[in-house]
Amino acid sequence: MAGSAPLIRLQGIAKRFQTGDTTITALDGVTLDIAPGEVVALLGPSGSGKTTLLNIIGCILEPTAGRMQIDDETIYDGRWLRKDLRRLRLDKVGFVFQFHNLLPFLNATDNVALVLHLAGVAPAEAHRRALELLDYLEVGHRREAFPAQLSGGEGQRVAIARALANRPRIILADEPTAALDSRRAGIVMDLLRKIAADQQAAIITVTHDEKIFDRFDRIFQLRDGKLDTKEQTP
Amino acid sequence: MNLAYRDVRHNLGRFLLTCVGLGLLLGVVMAMIGIYRGLVVDALTIVRSPAVDLWVVEAGSRGPFAESSRIPGNTRDAVARMAGVAEAGGLTYQTVEADHRDIKLRLYVIGYQAARPGGPPSIAAGRAIARGRYEIVADRTTGLQLDEIVRLGRTSFRVVGLTEQQVNSGGDPAVYMLLADAQKLQFELDPAATRLQSARGAAGGSSDFVNAVVARLHPGAGIEQVAAQIRRWKHLAAITQGEQEVILSASVVDKARRQIGMFTSLLMTVSTVIIALIIYMMTMEKRKAIATLKLIGAPDSKIVGMIVQQSLALGQIGFALGVAAIVNIKDAFPRRVILEADNVLMLGGVVMLVCLLASGFGVRAALRIDPATALAG
Repeated sequence: MAGSAPLIRLQGIAKRFQTGDTTITALDGVTLDIAPGEVVALLGPSGSGKTTLLNIIGCILEPTAGRMQIDDETIYDGRWLRKDLRRLRLDKVGFVFQFHNLLPFLNATDNVALVLHLAGVAPAEAHRRALELLDYLEVGHRREAFPAQLSGGEGQRVAIARALANRPRIILADEPTAALDSRRAGIVMDLLRKIAADQQAAIITVTHDEKIFDRFDRIFQLRDGKLDTKEQTP
Repeated sequence: MNLAYRDVRHNLGRFLLTCVGLGLLLGVVMAMIGIYRGLVVDALTIVRSPAVDLWVVEAGSRGPFAESSRIPGNTRDAVARMAGVAEAGGLTYQTVEADHRDIKLRLYVIGYQAARPGGPPSIAAGRAIARGRYEIVADRTTGLQLDEIVRLGRTSFRVVGLTEQQVNSGGDPAVYMLLADAQKLQFELDPAATRLQSARGAAGGSSDFVNAVVARLHPGAGIEQVAAQIRRWKHLAAITQGEQEVILSASVVDKARRQIGMFTSLLMTVSTVIIALIIYMMTMEKRKAIATLKLIGAPDSKIVGMIVQQSLALGQIGFALGVAAIVNIKDAFPRRVILEADNVLMLGGVVMLVCLLASGFGVRAALRIDPATALAG
């Protein structure tokens, strides 16, 4: 993977928040390349800037400075260069959360099909592909269940199916295994690795879960907004 | 995929309960509008029932409804002889209370002359009063039945006919009787008082008075000209039918009408605030879902559509339930509640407009939700 062109390229990304007279530096010149098919972890104590970095890569939060490229397209260079960031997220980014964040009023199938529907896929095709994904993630038998009726593991797999629905190039996962036991956490990470390999997607995971460290290609440590250059390769 | 529909279907019970609450509130608004309309219509019922062109009353008064009026009974003959007058009739109006079947009946007694203007406009049951004395035609809301005997003053009357919706501006049901009976009831003193008046040398006066004389004109006869002729008699005043209606609606029931109008406006304002609050709360409850929708790339139009559609559905269902409720219970009100189609449609339009405006608060809140909220625990 080291030889392939990076899918995500961050150069000197900084983020500062102003609170009254105080300026808080959440990220300070983060430079990072992530290749297609790579699964990386972001570690760091609370307040170190992990979620801020994830939000910037997901185009939810605007950096203060730096340059960001996704899939060979420069998205940010001192300012957003794309106006339709929501469309960019829809097409290229999938999110997996600590708590699955499925829409409570849609059943498992519709939660997955919604993303396809938003992308303009015809309803019947969206439904078929959603079922396919649920089967792939071994929750097809729970297709009619609403989020409240799903177990933690089932909910997380449906959320992964939703994140994968548009075949995104990037999957951002914020503590995806925090609510799961170690066996299910391992299953979820193996699944993400498989997806990364199958779809040549980059997966960036914020985690504290030491049990799954062996599932990452690279592990980055964030401390006081700075990315530790000591990359750990398991 | 209609998110508004899916959300409502998922929380159907709660949504319907909210609709019922809103429906009851709108039902109260509609009831107030109905009471308002009923008050106006009731006020005009008695003045319209003779279907006449002119009211001749005591000079200097705006009687017989807004002020008291008493004119000689033979005024009718003088009016009837005037050029342009087709027919005329003398009328008395008085409110009496009678104990009947252990309840107190409050009645608005109208005395009229047989075969002359001013009698009951239509008979719903039984028959009209013939020339026989001591008969009455009563409104159904009195609770009196046909052939029932009721004692008014010192005389017993038999109910021979029933009318519908004949009430005065105070809501008291009308009872029609012949003028002679009404004059006896109104002007005849009880024996003790008569003896006292005799002792004072004041007895023996005529009781042939009426409160008003009503006149129908020939087609083509000028109402103003006839009224002007009558006004030349210094002891009489002439009021056209239009003026009489204005006196009733703008004077007699004006305060009650304005009171209800003010209360209805207040209720509508409260309803608007409540609708806005419900929609805002419904949106805030979906804060996380909206943040997730934004995060996964849903356009604002999808989110706005969900809020506006739910808001309009809430208004429509609530309004329909309100209409259904008030239509079913309106007859249980002691006074008339009149729901006119144009009033109901106008309220429906206002409710939809309020829902649309109120959804603006929800939309504004939704658009300000940060998609990063979805990432928070």
